[in-house]
Amino acid sequence: MDAHAPPTAAAAHDADHPSSGVYVKIGVVLFVLTALEVGLYEFTYGGHAGPAGQTLQPFFIPVLLLLSAAKFALVAMYYMHLKQDHRLFSGVFVFPLVIATVVIVSLIVLQAYHFAFARSG
Amino acid sequence: MADHAHALEHGLETSTGLDNRKLAIWTFIGSECLFFASLISNFLVHKRTWPSGPGPFPHDAWVSPSGQHFEPIIEIPLVTLGTALLLFSSLFVVLALANAQRGNRKGLLLWLGLTLLCGFFFVGMQVYEFSHFVHKGLTLKSNLYGASFFTLTGFHGTHVTLGVIWLLTLWIEAFRGKIPPAKSLNLEIAALYWHFVDVVWIVIFPVVYLIQ
Amino acid sequence: MATTALDQQRGHATAGHAEPTGLWSWLTTVDHKRIGILYGATAFFFFLVGGLEAILLRLQLGSANNTFLSPELYNQLFTMHGTTMIFLAIMPLSAMFFNFMIPLQIGARDVAFPRLNAFSYWVFLLGGLFLNSSFLFGAAPNQGWYGYANLTSRQYSPGMNVDFWMLGLQILGVASLAAAVNFFVTILNMRAPGMKMMRMPMFTWMSFITQILLLLAFPVITVALILLMFDRFFGTHFFVPSGGGDPLLWQHLFWIFGHPEVYILVLPAFGIVSEILPVFSRKPLFGYAAMVFSGAFIAFLGFGVWSHHMFTTGMGPIADTFFALSTMLIAVPTGVKIFNWMGTIWGGSIQYRTPIYFALGFIAMFIIGGLSGVMHSSPPADLQQNDTYFVVAHFHYVLFGGSIFALTGGAYYWWPKMFGRMLNEGLGKVHFWLMLIGFNVTFFPMHILGLNGMPRRVYTYPEGLGFETLNQIETAGSLILGFSFLVFLVNIVLTWRGPRNAPADPWNGATLEWAIPSPPQEWNFAEIPTVHGRDPLWEMKREHGGQVPEPARVSGQGIHLPNPSYWPLVSAIGLMVLMVGLMAASLVGPWGVVAGLSVLFIGVFNWAFEPAG
Repeated sequence: MDAHAPPTAAAAHDADHPSSGVYVKIGVVLFVLTALEVGLYEFTYGGHAGPAGQTLQPFFIPVLLLLSAAKFALVAMYYMHLKQDHRLFSGVFVFPLVIATVVIVSLIVLQAYHFAFARSG
Repeated sequence: MADHAHALEHGLETSTGLDNRKLAIWTFIGSECLFFASLISNFLVHKRTWPSGPGPFPHDAWVSPSGQHFEPIIEIPLVTLGTALLLFSSLFVVLALANAQRGNRKGLLLWLGLTLLCGFFFVGMQVYEFSHFVHKGLTLKSNLYGASFFTLTGFHGTHVTLGVIWLLTLWIEAFRGKIPPAKSLNLEIAALYWHFVDVVWIVIFPVVYLIQ
Repeated sequence: MATTALDQQRGHATAGHAEPTGLWSWLTTVDHKRIGILYGATAFFFFLVGGLEAILLRLQLGSANNTFLSPELYNQLFTMHGTTMIFLAIMPLSAMFFNFMIPLQIGARDVAFPRLNAFSYWVFLLGGLFLNSSFLFGAAPNQGWYGYANLTSRQYSPGMNVDFWMLGLQILGVASLAAAVNFFVTILNMRAPGMKMMRMPMFTWMSFITQILLLLAFPVITVALILLMFDRFFGTHFFVPSGGGDPLLWQHLFWIFGHPEVYILVLPAFGIVSEILPVFSRKPLFGYAAMVFSGAFIAFLGFGVWSHHMFTTGMGPIADTFFALSTMLIAVPTGVKIFNWMGTIWGGSIQYRTPIYFALGFIAMFIIGGLSGVMHSSPPADLQQNDTYFVVAHFHYVLFGGSIFALTGGAYYWWPKMFGRMLNEGLGKVHFWLMLIGFNVTFFPMHILGLNGMPRRVYTYPEGLGFETLNQIETAGSLILGFSFLVFLVNIVLTWRGPRNAPADPWNGATLEWAIPSPPQEWNFAEIPTVHGRDPLWEMKREHGGQVPEPARVSGQGIHLPNPSYWPLVSAIGLMVLMVGLMAASLVGPWGVVAGLSVLFIGVFNWAFEPAG
């Protein structure tokens, strides 16, 4: 955690920020991924759901979570500059993120058990 | 010695070489991860437990055991628009920052202004959505779906509103020519907060709206 | 008038002459040392209040079927005793040392955000007053410090008691989070040249880990309290079974916060003891790296054990096994620490001064508390011990025997640095022995009572169960314990009236705070030191052949200091008005909330646009 970088690193990093073109490209990718999310919903559960869409249903949640994670990572890495910035910033963000994910998953598991067994008697 | 403080403020003399305020906003964002994780857990745990009111599937029309008719609650087109607004605002604010760092005041004002518009319309979308849901019979009190939905998206909306106020302050500062490249960090910090609010929505959109 | 006073101080600060004095200088101070003293004085006051509450509880329990306290008052007192000791005494007493000592130990002139630091203190003070003002309404919180649902629902707690508790904790959470961001950044960013992370004093290290715990644990309780607030104010059913809600979710959210909170209370104490033992053993800390990593490991595991508070709720064999194993695992890094402390004093030339008495007392008492903790990490044993006095004994051995012993030792150790006066050694040792005896007489019998089945949180017990004698002994012990702190107060008053007699380095210290005059001048270090090792002052002394000259008090001409500011105080008052407005919304409508928000915004805006200096 100690100064991995010389004192002027912060200033140097600012210059490394990607150009506007990269930002716009990322924006297009984000837009496409969102369209995929909504499209997937429309064809599996939404207004355009047909028999073909129903076969997709088992993959719906994992694919949606993957798309969401990809968007999350793109914004964090490029728009929030974690890709170029000092590693400490990534650490300060990713460590809580891991704990947060573990908290969400374990609460769901614990409460699901509780609802399934304890509360139903 | 005044130079010393000035240097400190710009992160040139800190032990890590990083600016104090930028490290602080990242620390705060890390802490906020746990805030939203708790709200999201609360939503997921309560998603399926509602003894009365609209449900069981907020996406479909439904007739309750007592014979009450309910319209589908969630409107995907509306919220997709909101999602797009927030995504574009993230792009705009990063372009505003790039212009601020290059000292292009006009570009800064333009992109930051567009960011503000997006944020403003997102909040408007949410106000419209909330009042619409209440009209359809989904309230804080009606059931746990409503309670956890409004709590989660409401606190996200509060974060967006605070972000809009923050960015508006910076836009006025920029308009008065008070954000030269040397002070672009002021915008960078606000932008980091804004992106974080955006990534939280990136999680909320599928988890709350799309997954049934 | 106000502005002229402020301008005068600014003039003083930049010119670097005499330190500003008077009430206004304290209300606008951004000096970490003054804020530390404010934290200490306020927390010690609340500690005495909480102690008084404890003595009242013990008087009630002194005999069977006692009617000294009504059941209702008993409930209020045990709730406020727990809440006060955790949030208004131990945490802010640690914060006193964070504030005063961390910048000195890492060789900084102040914290990273001096005004945010002042804001934290004012929010803490107002939050503490808010919580205790409930006594004036006869409506102090009465549901226990854990606030279990659905005791807290409107149905079972119609009064304002729970409202005071949940809004009060919410306010205190803001103070803790603001301070945690501040100290996290301070420790990472404000270290003197050469003060690498692995050279930092152990107190700073343990405080750093504590800040991480605060940052990750407090948002969870914030959300839990928000959900409770919605239940009580806006009619939601998060924790109300009749509306489909689930009281168990509260327990999960509370303990996801609550278990890391335990380490928030005890890690700074570990740090203090790790400072005292080497200095009074004349040996460097044994196993420095192992100490750092075991502290980090304890904190990390602390997020994976919360459900061991909930074995009796029936979580199923898999969850029970997981949380039992992770809990038992914590004994390993804790054991590493204890052996390292013993390794530190092993073969040292021990100086028997007051601080090391408390540090050694800490180790002995904490081991007892740790062992009873391992006992109820086993679910079958826990089913027997849960909700009995055995658990009360356990957590008093770790929180009083642990945290308070270490914090008191820290007070004796750092008093000369903070106030420039040496506390009386004789009275200090009397304080220690009375405290050690009183503590054990009070709390050891609780183990036996608990295993014999005496339930906690019940205001009395019937005759003939064999509880009378041990309870009488405990009550006598609590009076000894109370008396020991009277001795401490006398010591403080006598010292206060005496001369400023403390040299810069009365204990032959190893860390940077002892390299500057006692008490330190406003700017701490006339010249920022360069650090070459883990015990910088000892190394400096070795280079100078055993002694360094007493550091001179300098004029501080040209040293840049942050400006004093009253906006943190205004912002804190705004937050306070907001909370009071929420509470009084049924009487005054939304206007209290609107007023609070307005003051908060005015405060924050002026703060943001005010030159920091």
